[in-house]
Amino acid sequence: MKNELISGGEIFIRSLKDHGVGTIFGYPGGAIMKVFDALYDYRKTLHHVLVRHEQGAIHAAQGFARSSGEVGVCLVTSGPGATNTITGIADAMIDSTPVVVIAGQVSTDMLGTDAFQEIDLVGVTQPITKWSFQIRNPEDVAWAVARAFYIAKSGRPGPVVLDFTKNAQIEKAQYRPTTIDFIRSYVPIPATELGAVECAAALINTAQRPLVLVGQGVELGDAQKELLAFIEKAQLPVACTLLGLSALPSNHPLNKGMLGMHGNLGPNVNTNNCDVLIAVGMRFDDRVTGNLATYAKQAQVIHFDIDPAEINKNVPVDIAVLGDCKETLVAVTEQLVPTRHAEWLKTFTSYEREENEKVILPELHPTNDHLSMGEVARAVSEATAHKAILVTDVGQNQMMAARYFKYTQNRSIITSGGLGTMGFGLPAAIGATFGRPDRMVCSFMGDGGLQMNIQELGTIMEQKAPVKIILLNNNYLGNVRQWQEMFFEHRYSFTPMMNPDYGEIAGAYGIPFKRATTREELQEAIAEMVATDGPFFLEARVIEEGSVMPMIPPGGTVSQMLLEC
Amino acid sequence: MENKLYTLIVHSENFAGLLSQVTAVFTRLQINIESLNVSASSIEGVHKYTITACTDRNNIEKVVKQVEKKIEVLQAQFFTDDEIYSHEIALYKVSMSEFESQSEASKVVRQYNAHIVEVNPVFAIVEKNGSSEDISALYRELSALNCVLQFVRSGRVTIPKSCIEPVSQYLNDRAKEHTNKKKK
Repeated sequence: MKNELISGGEIFIRSLKDHGVGTIFGYPGGAIMKVFDALYDYRKTLHHVLVRHEQGAIHAAQGFARSSGEVGVCLVTSGPGATNTITGIADAMIDSTPVVVIAGQVSTDMLGTDAFQEIDLVGVTQPITKWSFQIRNPEDVAWAVARAFYIAKSGRPGPVVLDFTKNAQIEKAQYRPTTIDFIRSYVPIPATELGAVECAAALINTAQRPLVLVGQGVELGDAQKELLAFIEKAQLPVACTLLGLSALPSNHPLNKGMLGMHGNLGPNVNTNNCDVLIAVGMRFDDRVTGNLATYAKQAQVIHFDIDPAEINKNVPVDIAVLGDCKETLVAVTEQLVPTRHAEWLKTFTSYEREENEKVILPELHPTNDHLSMGEVARAVSEATAHKAILVTDVGQNQMMAARYFKYTQNRSIITSGGLGTMGFGLPAAIGATFGRPDRMVCSFMGDGGLQMNIQELGTIMEQKAPVKIILLNNNYLGNVRQWQEMFFEHRYSFTPMMNPDYGEIAGAYGIPFKRATTREELQEAIAEMVATDGPFFLEARVIEEGSVMPMIPPGGTVSQMLLEC
Repeated sequence: MENKLYTLIVHSENFAGLLSQVTAVFTRLQINIESLNVSASSIEGVHKYTITACTDRNNIEKVVKQVEKKIEVLQAQFFTDDEIYSHEIALYKVSMSEFESQSEASKVVRQYNAHIVEVNPVFAIVEKNGSSEDISALYRELSALNCVLQFVRSGRVTIPKSCIEPVSQYLNDRAKEHTNKKKK
């Protein structure tokens, strides 16, 4: 019926379906009941994943978005339901993840009265969203959803919040399917200047020692193939940021490894040896640059980015190539002269050898009986033929997994990079299993971060979400412990942590469990984990005082990495 | 880099809640806003913010980019004082007894081309339109004569000296893009 009047709640659900949404992560509550009531009629085609805490919902939506490239959707109630998503919204903002959070809100006539479960959600989330909007009447619902999806996904992606008042959910209006692909005040992709493309190509053509820094922008822009053509034509060595690790296969000869505080020696040192630094879709985070006063001062810098605000933000840039890197990389590649840079490429080898001897081999083949974090990560990566999606929590588990996993496919690392949110890993992994049901999802956790959102084991149980949990248990908040060891004279202030019996916990949730203390047990447990259909919980009891190396100490210079602590 | 007074002109859609987003950019970059003036612009439905702040060029460039990222902001631009013509208005409430007893006082008012807009037995109100400097200078002179009871000043109204109206240009370009997009 064309002119039928339906509730704002139903308009909302139909709008979601019309925007291709198939999965929602949420938690009901008083101020969002009308939407949940409407959802009940659509539950067969719109799958709602009931999480155990709203923080789980937002991180799951992030995991969904990061794995699939689609917008993640999170549905919660007002007040505490909404504030519980704040950490994830901030996380999505700093890591450019497209999510739409819909939160209930008290009725319009109650706004500003400190009503039950009322908070000024738009006010609270404005600084940490791309867009935040309050829906106050049912006629605006379809428009607001259309705008939210367009803004979240276009240009540099990011989180959008819709604050949905109760009366707008209940009151009726006609549903007019709406899509938006133009907002006059919003330019998602800035125009590329032809001159910038020419200058960039000319500079790269004259470079003797070029180095390409690849960030998540390449994955977000779906420009992995374009990147490959670009670097291969002029034989440009590449270093990846944490979030950009799977933009280029790990085994590609031009992939020289990871940048940053716990990255690889070669790319970090050579950042201060290169003559032209070519940043693509990355934002010169301080964990990548170390001390800016000594960062790449010798180099001319070219920056490809979709966000003009990233240009000259941290590192002064000589040539800015604005635009979509899927197009700008092609335009620059066309003007590149095939080159070899053989001498320059060779310089990475000695650093690789040094890091291998002093760090990597001892980590992968420890001479003592304790399992190392790195060997667990590598073993899991190998057992999955390097094809799994790696989800990590934050801390040593994150750095070790990122370093020792190998990546063969795009969008294979989901980790909280900018915000560094402990508790991210478990719910994000749940989201990833829905975003890419065809791929295995391995979630590396520490004993600290696992317990920050451990309630989501309930979601895994209920959804039978095939998350492979790999707990690197060292009975410490390991990363902080490492800093205390290195910079605070071994004063282990509140980093030792008493742990529960994780076997019993996994058992209570009906999740198959294996504990590994020895190498034999580890191999057996991994084999069983990979062969198991559905979720699995592998607890690796790793060396207690293991450290992530190499390291650029905080405030240090990229070319002066510590190889031993 | 040297700190100086910059004037930021922002054009935006008329959208509730945008002002706090714009000012939050200054706060985050640790820049104090010296004056702020928000009003409807000459273009229907478009609002104009005129904000002055003391900072360096690097920071004001960052402010512009961050402000432009707000979805409903059409355009943000910064200017130095030599690139704009700007005016403020100020009101000085002066004590009638002090004012009348010193002939110097009304001379100063005339010198500065200010007007007396209200007179009663207790006080008079002097109004001055002009540059920030003139307004401050008049305040200093009247204060020296001990007759100022109250003093208020507005934010700036500013018009760039350049003949191009960039926001109209922007809106035209966007309208064209929209038409082309539809055709495709």
